Amino acid sequence: MGKSIFKQYGLPVPESYLVEKESDVKSFTRPVVVKSQILLGGRGKSGGIKFAKSEKELTQGVKELLGSKIRGLTVTKVLVEEMLNIGKEYYVSIALNRTDRAPVLIATSAGGVEIESVPEDKIFKRTIDPLLGYSDFIGREATQFMGLSPEIGKQFRGILKGLYEIFVKEDCELVEINPLVETKEGRLMAADSKVIMDSDSMFRHPDIDITDPEKTPLELEAQGRGYSFVELQGDIGVIANGAGLTMATLDGLTLHNGKPRNFLDLGGTDSVDIVVNAFEMVMKADPKAILVNIFGGVTKCDTVANGIVAAKERLSIQKPIVVRLSGVHEDEGRRILSDNGIESYPGMMQAIESVVKKVGGN
Amino acid sequence: MSVIVDKDTRVIVQGITGHQGSFHAGEMLKFGTNIVAGVSPGKGGQKFQDKVPIYNSIRETLHLEPNATMISVPAPLVKDAAFEAMDAGLKVVYILTEHVPFHDSMLIVHHARRKGATVIGPNGPGVTVPGVCKMGIMPNQIFRDGDVAVASRSGTLTYEIVEAITNSGMGESAVIGLGGDPVVGLTFIDVLDMFEADEKTKKIVLVGEIGGNNEEIAAEYIKHNISKPVVAYITGRSAPPGKRMGHAGAIIERGVGTADSKIKAFNAAGVKVADYPQDVPKLLR
Repeated sequence: MGKSIFKQYGLPVPESYLVEKESDVKSFTRPVVVKSQILLGGRGKSGGIKFAKSEKELTQGVKELLGSKIRGLTVTKVLVEEMLNIGKEYYVSIALNRTDRAPVLIATSAGGVEIESVPEDKIFKRTIDPLLGYSDFIGREATQFMGLSPEIGKQFRGILKGLYEIFVKEDCELVEINPLVETKEGRLMAADSKVIMDSDSMFRHPDIDITDPEKTPLELEAQGRGYSFVELQGDIGVIANGAGLTMATLDGLTLHNGKPRNFLDLGGTDSVDIVVNAFEMVMKADPKAILVNIFGGVTKCDTVANGIVAAKERLSIQKPIVVRLSGVHEDEGRRILSDNGIESYPGMMQAIESVVKKVGGN
Repeated sequence: MSVIVDKDTRVIVQGITGHQGSFHAGEMLKFGTNIVAGVSPGKGGQKFQDKVPIYNSIRETLHLEPNATMISVPAPLVKDAAFEAMDAGLKVVYILTEHVPFHDSMLIVHHARRKGATVIGPNGPGVTVPGVCKMGIMPNQIFRDGDVAVASRSGTLTYEIVEAITNSGMGESAVIGLGGDPVVGLTFIDVLDMFEADEKTKKIVLVGEIGGNNEEIAAEYIKHNISKPVVAYITGRSAPPGKRMGHAGAIIERGVGTADSKIKAFNAAGVKVADYPQDVPKLLR
């Protein structure tokens, strides 16, 4: 995603084209790198790489890579990219600094490596006032700090301006070029780049699909249903209300040697169906038991209790369910549960202890 | 003056005719909050619960001398609503809305600094001073007037802890929800200064969570600047790295923001950290 956005904003990226069959290969004009494009975890990654300094090496490289296997995956596409005559490598990024609540520009002439491994005194770091935005004086300071020549410095400032424009217009958490290559011919090129967008800004970017490749199928389904859901490795299904209380429930289970199967925040709701749907999600994760932890406010305890009874019936749940209800309409909720033979407690700790015992912990 | 709000706080509600806005405005009225007007473009001339006048813009409410606003409008409209409030000179801007793009929040927070306004949230439960004023969505029945001030990055978890404090026989001088987003108006340091200066507050509770380093910075600050006893609770000990735990800001990124690091920082600053939310009152004794 990075490269196409960079191109759109006029930032220099190496020329490249995609090849799916040998006849796609264009005639050889300069040295190129042929990179296998494979999908790992939904994300494009390049695997096998061949360098081609002649027409013959190019056609041969494409032939060898197309159809080859990398980590069990067949290569169906290769990228033919202009080979850069690398002189120097730099690093530059703009990211959100949560503490300053502002963008921070980070640049170093010690590029091409992980930024975490670069000593502090080699790093140019500057918070940008979001109301003022990027201004050239910041670029001049960076250029001087990094010791760039006048000509490269000028190109560098152009790149900073474009990067900041991308950061703001595309609602980014991070835009990064690493390495930013200075070629022996004296051109700066974004050889590799990374763009992470804010998922809460998608109403401004309706064309972009930012499906998180790290999410599991179950997490994606839950997202589609409107729940905050994280899959974990344990065996106790968890439904709670509020992100903080849900995390505290997982922590409480863990401190009692219980192992949570998931994080599911019910949110603020007054609907039986939302509770039933939450159970449906958790049951798909196949837990050994389910713990419900509700502190009633906007979410009423009796509504949740009715939801639990309905879920148990509609989904024919046989696994043990342990409920903690406290707050608004707590007594009514506890009565509904006890009438239906479902175990409930007023306190979080009692509920946690009980559910851990049920899955055979201590 | 109590913390952020007091008996002279005159509140308007932006988005008072919406589902959330109308419900919580009703609860605030029951609590005793002085809501002088509602703002809902296109709904001017109506009344909320037959008593609170509704206007199309904040300018039209100025004769009622409002000085604070609760914003409960859809996320894409929040930036405009907050700018309208600050342009009209309101000094307390509480944003209830969740999923506000953080780029918008950055602009709101930096504009507020220039205007001398206090931003609470986005994506938080607001501020309550028991017996005085509530701006936000905290349940009315959990409070008791007292001397413990609570600041938190969560909603429901805050209520849990406040109720535990109340049930133990103590009470609260102020409760503030900072909000669960990566960019929010108040830091723990901001509220620590408020609590230190507040005469009514004798003890302080901070409720933190994974993500960012707000807690670590607060711990360092407490060592040198806060004389009142501080107790903390940190949630997310069992959260895996790289996963957002419900709140947009609750994520361990590149090793930054772990519960361990926050607990260690608090311990090093002499701040006791509770293992369970229900243990907070014990540590306050």
